[in-house]
Amino acid sequence: MAEYLLSVHHDYDTEFPSLEEMQPVFEAVDRFNQKVRDAGAWVFAGGLTPVQQATTVDNTGDTPIVSDGPYAESKEYLGGFWVIQAADLDEALQWAKEGSAACRGKVEVRPFQGE
Amino acid sequence: MGERAAGAVEGIDTSVEAVFREERGRLLAALVHRFGDLDLAEDVTSEAIEAALQTWPVDGVPTRPGAWLLTTARRRAVDRLRRDQAYAARLAVLQAEADRADPAPPADGDGLPDERLALFFTCTHPALAADDRGALILRCLAGLTTPEVARAFLVPPATMAQRIVRAKKKIRAARIPFRVPGADELPGRLPGVLQVLYSIFTEGYAASSGPSLQRLDLAEEAIRLTRILGRLLPTEREVAGLLGLMLLVHARRDARTGPDGELVLLDDQDRGRWDRSMIEEGRGLVVAALTGGPPGPYGVQAAIAALHDEAADVATTDWPQIVALYDVLLGLVASPVVAVNRAVAVAMRDGPQAGLQLLDALAEDPRLRTHHPYPAARAELLRELGRRAEAAAAYREALELVGSAPERAYLQRMLRSVEP
Repeated sequence: MAEYLLSVHHDYDTEFPSLEEMQPVFEAVDRFNQKVRDAGAWVFAGGLTPVQQATTVDNTGDTPIVSDGPYAESKEYLGGFWVIQAADLDEALQWAKEGSAACRGKVEVRPFQGE
Repeated sequence: MGERAAGAVEGIDTSVEAVFREERGRLLAALVHRFGDLDLAEDVTSEAIEAALQTWPVDGVPTRPGAWLLTTARRRAVDRLRRDQAYAARLAVLQAEADRADPAPPADGDGLPDERLALFFTCTHPALAADDRGALILRCLAGLTTPEVARAFLVPPATMAQRIVRAKKKIRAARIPFRVPGADELPGRLPGVLQVLYSIFTEGYAASSGPSLQRLDLAEEAIRLTRILGRLLPTEREVAGLLGLMLLVHARRDARTGPDGELVLLDDQDRGRWDRSMIEEGRGLVVAALTGGPPGPYGVQAAIAALHDEAADVATTDWPQIVALYDVLLGLVASPVVAVNRAVAVAMRDGPQAGLQLLDALAEDPRLRTHHPYPAARAELLRELGRRAEAAAAYREALELVGSAPERAYLQRMLRSVEP
């Protein structure tokens, strides 16, 4: 068994849908999450609050710097993720296909480093 | 060593070489299946072959060479694993998890299971970079050395070595499994395998650069691999379609280049130089590909190639039927390249104006911007219609895109024929 991160990214340029529009997506994701749990593949998952609520901490220098906003200047930001365990990439990809359909977003699949 | 002994060693070396060509891919696949690690499998495969090269000239080729190689390689692998306990422990875990109830693979002449089918799918996994898949297939299944693979893809050997290392790293780190996709996944995965094999063939058919039009050894390697795939998947009609297409096209190889390596178009080829037995085999495969189910793209392309190969000349070729087949193909593969080929066939059926209209309709498609046959086809039809200045412009466009020297020379000749 290996662990994979399945992460969902959102575009800054795209309007975030209203709560009503999101309701069926929440339900689909809930159903998907249950399926992952039932299969024993669940490690952890969650949706993140909007990126406007992020804070960045940089303590790589002499003094820690705390600033408002995400650390990266990029077109996309992390919306949420699943951590699953799977026997191989094919299994992880199968989960990712279902997760991508449920949350209506692209999902990046990356393995965690082994021990 | 005396003269006679040296000659004897040479004779055995040649038969050993021949055995290895065939055995390397099979051996590698068996070891990957057993140990679940491509690097380990490659290392011990090389060691086993080296050992054979040393002992077989002396002791003779064993009656079951495959079994000898496999036993030797497995011993080497176990030795390595004993020396590296942590590695061995990780592999043991992988193996335990990978022990699924896969259907028993077909046995070969030695009675050993043929594990190569899994390797075809692993090497062409969609998670691998598109450029890397062909390289892995040639390295792992065709048994080409890294420099040979580099030559196949026209990159420096160091670049190819890096590419293969990167691909194997991805397989290992992301845990791309070594398995044949299940029955439900196979329809989604098989086209990817066929596309890689076909891209190796087309590189052999019309080299993307270099002094020669054709690289026959590459084309033949693609055919050999597709034959193996066909034996491993005997009921997959598109594999038969692909093999048929390759054979029907390869059958024309001796007529495609003139004595000085110049390009000879289909219209001008000496059809007496076509390989008739290969054409026969190809036609049989077309029947297999198109019988018993809906047509697949390779089966249809093979049928088109068969119509060319059956005709005595361009004038008596069944162009209406070819256009009809292109209609089917376009329905399966919405590709502008297919649309270009269809337009050329329409021109043969209905005259250059009809074909040109279709080609002009494709002018905005960005996918045709680097496809030299597109402006070349336009140029030809414009030339036939007497629109010389426009033909010249189109030939110049094609010359900017063309790769091999013989194709370039041909286009330059055509350009001169329409220039004032």
